[in-house]
Amino acid sequence: MPDPAIIAEGLQKSYGKVEALRGVDLRAEAGSVLGLLGPNGAGKTTAVRILTTLLEADAGSARVAGLDVKADAKQLRGRIGLAGQYAAVDENLTGFENLDMVGRLYHLGKPTARERARDLLERFDLSDAADRPAKTYSGGMRRRLDLAAALVAHPPVVFLDEPTTGLDPRSRIGLWETIEARVAEGTTVLLTTQYLDEADRLADRIAVIDHGTVIAEGTSDELKSQIGGERLEVKLRDTADEEKAIRALGGICDDVHAEFPLVTVPGHIPVADAVRALDDAGVAIDDIAVRRPTLDDVFLTLTGRPAEEVEDSDA
Amino acid sequence: MPEMVADALVILKRNLIKFRRQPEMLIGYTIQPIMFVLLFVYVFGGSIDTGMDYEDFLIPGIIVQNITFGGALTAVGLVEDLNKGLIDRFRSLPMARSAVLAGRTLADVVVNLFGVIIVILVGYVVGFRFSTSVPEVLYGILLLLLFGYAFSWIFALVGLYSTSAESAQQIGFTVIFPITFISSAFVPIQNMPAPLEAFAEVNPFTLAVDAMRHLFVGTPAGDSVWQATLWSVGLVAVFAPLAVMKYRKVSAR
Repeated sequence: MPDPAIIAEGLQKSYGKVEALRGVDLRAEAGSVLGLLGPNGAGKTTAVRILTTLLEADAGSARVAGLDVKADAKQLRGRIGLAGQYAAVDENLTGFENLDMVGRLYHLGKPTARERARDLLERFDLSDAADRPAKTYSGGMRRRLDLAAALVAHPPVVFLDEPTTGLDPRSRIGLWETIEARVAEGTTVLLTTQYLDEADRLADRIAVIDHGTVIAEGTSDELKSQIGGERLEVKLRDTADEEKAIRALGGICDDVHAEFPLVTVPGHIPVADAVRALDDAGVAIDDIAVRRPTLDDVFLTLTGRPAEEVEDSDA
Repeated sequence: MPEMVADALVILKRNLIKFRRQPEMLIGYTIQPIMFVLLFVYVFGGSIDTGMDYEDFLIPGIIVQNITFGGALTAVGLVEDLNKGLIDRFRSLPMARSAVLAGRTLADVVVNLFGVIIVILVGYVVGFRFSTSVPEVLYGILLLLLFGYAFSWIFALVGLYSTSAESAQQIGFTVIFPITFISSAFVPIQNMPAPLEAFAEVNPFTLAVDAMRHLFVGTPAGDSVWQATLWSVGLVAVFAPLAVMKYRKVSAR
């Protein structure tokens, strides 16, 4: 099996008294997407900065694309691409000039840099805006240009630090599709996000990070099954039918809502079977649905608080 | 071409494109020296006795003062690049570590040359005339650009430590502005109170201004020309490595 594209062991980093990372291990196989999921201030950006050679860890080691982030930093910079939440493009340059500049700084040579710039503008649907200064671009266009800049050198490993933060839903989906296309071509992606649906959609494996440590790691399904998997949710017409309904569905009840005629039963029960059983028992229902846990549930279970309720304080 | 030079030229080009797209920046940069020339010549000129035509005395002074502020563009530009995450992008690229700053400060040289020409043109309008040989004038302009280049590196360091463009400019003006005045730029230093005169005598601005006066209008040089040259080279030699060192560790805010 080939070496993993990203491997980090025991990464630690403090800013003064603030411990941003307290021993983080990460691993991404070549050609996969690793999602780094966590609230603001969890340490996601710090981890990305270390892996992209922008910052040195206080302790621990990391290899990206087979190169040590410390010892082989310069060589490594030629084999990674970085795009971030700030959409780091030069507003005074046109889209073409931005990509051409980045290509030249990757030392691709003038003809190659130009060719890649044109090619990427085309693929990212920016051809019409290629010769307009980036300050005239919309937020979504800037993110696409930023992402294009990260891909100019066709790097085997790409780091995306909250690539869709602040984007409207349509631009988000557009960007996701673009990322998926890169991954299909074999690029390894490390993606940080505080959006659970984003990690769910894009990541092969997810590392949930909170207060500078990885608190859970696995595929989206593995994380979800950690908190109990599927449930069947039945909305009763009459609260008085609760006992009857639970008995009809196998006798186990996860959750009975005191003031709400809702019964939740764990495990996989086909809806048709459940409806038949409830009907036989003479229970009238308003609604029935299989509920799969979301990453929100995962986060809540793991950290004891919802993902959104965290103060903005990313170090 | 060595990689460092090639990278710096890419950054230089980028910064020059920016000037071309934001001509209002250059207009602001040229109005101030024009205003200074006119104010000093017509408001103070009649009351200041320098033993020579005040225009000939003043223009070398203004031109030196003006060129030191050209470096403020570097500070402001770097703060903007930091805040917009561009420095992070550059630092994640396999480019030479000194290239961003080198390209940035070289862009100042281009703008400074433009500024020098403006001041000389305005000077000619108010009565300033070169009275030295062409090689002397050319060496004077070269020395001016070198002196300005040194200040670009000082401002680069200021910019890398600043959190906003305003604060970077503020530091520049509150520190450098008075120092340019306590020099031979606008008045003869012999008329200053003793402590100020003592400071003015060793002030590198006085050396640069005296060197410029010698090279442009033929006043006695003393040691000013070689000392001003040495100061310029020395400032670059000290501040360029300091700025590059800071750049290697600097992070986005």
